Amino acid sequence: MIGTFDAKIPAGPLAQKWRSHRDHSRLVSPNNRRKFEIIVVGSGLAGGSAAATLGELGYRVKCFCFQDSPRRAHSIAAQGGINAAKNYQNDGDSVYRLFYDTIKGGDFRSREANVYRLAQIANNIIDQCVAQGVPFAREYSGYLANRSFGGAQVSRTFYARGQTGQQLLLGCYQALCRQIAADTVRMLPQTEMLDLVIVDGRAKGIITRNLRSGHIDKHAADAVVLASGGYGNVYYLSTNARGCNVTGTYRAYKRGALFANPSFTQIHPTCIPVSGEHQSKLTLMSESLRNDGRVWVPKRKENREKVPGEIPEADRDYYLERKYPSYGNLAPRDISSRAAKEVCDEGRGVGHSGRGVYLDFADAIKRLGEETIRERYGNLFEVYEKITGEDAYKVPMRIYPAVHYTMGGLWVDYDLMSNVPGLFVIGEANFSDHGANRLGASALMQGLADGYFVLPNTLPNYLAGQMGKRPSPDCPEFREAEQNVHARIDRLLKVNGTRSLDSFHRDLGLLLWEKCGMSRHENGLREALQKIPELREEFWRDVRVLGSDEDFNQFERDESAGAHFREEHQTPDGEALRDDERHAAVFAWEFGGDGQAPKLHREPLHFETVDLTQRSYK
Amino acid sequence: MNFRLRIWRQPNRKSPGKLVDYDIRDISPNTSFLEMLDILNETLLGRDEEPIAFDSDCREGICGTCSLTINGEAHGPDHPGAVCELYMRKFRDGATIIVEPFHVGSFPIVKDLVIDRSVLDRIVQAGGFISARAGSAPEANSIPVPKHNADLAMEAAACIGCGACAAACPNGSAMLFTSAKVSHLAFLPQGDPERASRVLKMVQVMDAEGFGNCTNTYECEAVCPAEISASFIAKLNREYARAVLQRSAGE
Ligand SMILES: Cc1cc2nc3c(=O)[nH]c(=O)nc-3n(C[C@H](O)[C@H](O)[C@H](O)COP(=O)(O)OP(=O)(O)OC[C@H]3O[C@@H](n4cnc5c(N)ncnc54)[C@H](O)[C@@H]3O)c2cc1C
Repeated sequence: MIGTFDAKIPAGPLAQKWRSHRDHSRLVSPNNRRKFEIIVVGSGLAGGSAAATLGELGYRVKCFCFQDSPRRAHSIAAQGGINAAKNYQNDGDSVYRLFYDTIKGGDFRSREANVYRLAQIANNIIDQCVAQGVPFAREYSGYLANRSFGGAQVSRTFYARGQTGQQLLLGCYQALCRQIAADTVRMLPQTEMLDLVIVDGRAKGIITRNLRSGHIDKHAADAVVLASGGYGNVYYLSTNARGCNVTGTYRAYKRGALFANPSFTQIHPTCIPVSGEHQSKLTLMSESLRNDGRVWVPKRKENREKVPGEIPEADRDYYLERKYPSYGNLAPRDISSRAAKEVCDEGRGVGHSGRGVYLDFADAIKRLGEETIRERYGNLFEVYEKITGEDAYKVPMRIYPAVHYTMGGLWVDYDLMSNVPGLFVIGEANFSDHGANRLGASALMQGLADGYFVLPNTLPNYLAGQMGKRPSPDCPEFREAEQNVHARIDRLLKVNGTRSLDSFHRDLGLLLWEKCGMSRHENGLREALQKIPELREEFWRDVRVLGSDEDFNQFERDESAGAHFREEHQTPDGEALRDDERHAAVFAWEFGGDGQAPKLHREPLHFETVDLTQRSYK
Repeated sequence: MNFRLRIWRQPNRKSPGKLVDYDIRDISPNTSFLEMLDILNETLLGRDEEPIAFDSDCREGICGTCSLTINGEAHGPDHPGAVCELYMRKFRDGATIIVEPFHVGSFPIVKDLVIDRSVLDRIVQAGGFISARAGSAPEANSIPVPKHNADLAMEAAACIGCGACAAACPNGSAMLFTSAKVSHLAFLPQGDPERASRVLKMVQVMDAEGFGNCTNTYECEAVCPAEISASFIAKLNREYARAVLQRSAGE
């Protein structure tokens, strides 16, 4: 294995770790910073904020994205909000509580030190975004407003209508634009990273392809930052944008970076159900809707095709409120999703496919008036109407879980550096902070924490030892990687088969959804492991190409934790049953060569502050 | 449902383009317009023909990537909304549908329906930001913003940067786009220190990039998927006049 596999958690009390780590990290002086070239792959919240901040500090940055503008990164689509522990509502919030909710929400499968740091930094993010002009929702007083999200009993989520991701990303994009104008950041849109270059065991550059011209280029740097997003699109249908892909992290994996916890994928409970076979993506209805919407299905399956308004109260099963009285409709995502699957499996699902549940606003409209609901969620109701042709002010929405987010990702240490020295991974692309399940409004928080505040403080610690060691892009390692990319593209084009790329992607997605979706069983996993190589073989025999290849890891975690629900391991009332004795660890996979099984490494998780309890939202 | 599609094909920036006819059948009314193009492309691939190049990403109307003019209307007939939010149930069975890229001089055509809108990035780079360094921000609630102003700023900030405003404008003007960014930042106290220089620089770049002038036809507002109000253009004009006055007064 390249490099080390040590999380390098600083010593000392939890609340002091980040402070003392910064006190003792090495620095790069202002006039030396421009001697360093940093590559940032990605211009979403993580990459955009990192590139802008590093540029501002004086480093020379090259930032890449595959869209035609950095402003279009997938972060733009986030709707609901971003968490922080400001306690503006005076409802008992604190850094500790944000930390605890996040680590508990993740079913105790993340590092205490990382999550605590995230909770500490969260407040700085809100300050930073407000200073940039992000138009967060405000009260009549002129002060910032908050709302609640799943998995928390306080109101700590900041939001900008239903477009929080858009507004945060535009803040970050504008900061990036300022650096592009100042010539500290060079932006290369429509340029896709196709390989990572390692020289003497350190990440020193990437190979890219220009998506308009097809040109393959070599870029050398002193460090490479991957901020290329998650891998949810391996399921084909997901709430991710069409272009989201795992190429960046997967290429790094093939070059030796460890892939951690790939089985931790989040299925979001509130998405518009699948309507037909040519559907290209699924649309999320923000979790914030669960603040005012009530989730239900008919109590008896005979009623499932009845018009919802004709089903009397007594015949409705508000199953989240029934099963989890203290969190009710705001139970965490993994739990709400499985509960929806369960009632549909029982035959009580609604809509023509039977895979749907109602999200009903009738009570909220009665209580608050249609105007208030329109003000809170108007744009979401419009989106719903466009897609389904139904008016959710009059009939309840129909929703169903869909793949949404990936907690797993490249393994990183406390400094956000992978086991490959010089390769840093931030945002959804890393595995760091959400354990086995992410709480709502915490991905935006993590992406911006990584980019604005963590990386700019940890990167210098590495760079300080790398002065003057940037290789030439003509060295043999770059040439080898470049040839590798050419060879791969040639091979793809030569197949000249009959099936489109999408058709393979769809098959792969369906297989994963069925066998490695909301709940998993050993038999299904084995079946998937057997079918995937068959599909891969067919791909290389019969694909007709104008695009890139898909790939994935094997997963095997013989317990249930958060979103990873193994049917063999559940409590008597159907909740995820962890095995802390054997599996309180990060599972990090090392590429073992083409056609070879990957090798498993385990990083045990030590909990000094929190007790590992059975999560309860009852 | 069945349709006849007349689609703009153009091999690259320099060659001329033309409309080419394609028939497509058995499309479900619940198919989105872009999914319908996906299906057409699968068919073309099967027939060994070159698929039609078009851009899209989020497919839920927020990333601003998709950019088609349908039957002469930027983003098609279902306003407000981007073309990725358009569903085939909005068309008559058997209809002929003309599909073109956004035709704007400042957005050169790359291929078929794909255009180059990097000019919009350059307008923002000219000054569409607040210079706030990470680390130097004051406590967020130390800057109260009247709700009314915050709401107006949000309305302007909702722009998705698709460029439909310029495509719909008979003069190919990007005023709605530029005014949205200028207004967003001008409504907020944080935007105040750079208020005058921002508007001057952004307008200068917008003009230099060859966009036309605004003659108040409001076509931009009619097609805007984010419902940006044309009143922001008036705001832009006021901001610009104010900045020019300030400058000439030597402030
Ligand atoms: C519909 C939706 C709603 C959401 N709502 C919320 C919410 O309310 N709150 C919350 O906290 N989280 C939310 N999330 C999750 C959150 O939006 C994402 O996790 C987060 O934005 C990811 O940011 P990122 O910067 O890591 O990656 P992304 O924003 O995905 O950016 C990835 C970047 O990498 C680039 N890239 C990728 N591969 C390559 C390559 N090979 N070469 C070059 N460039 C590459 C892309 O061009 C892009 O610029 C939501 C997610 C979805 C899908």
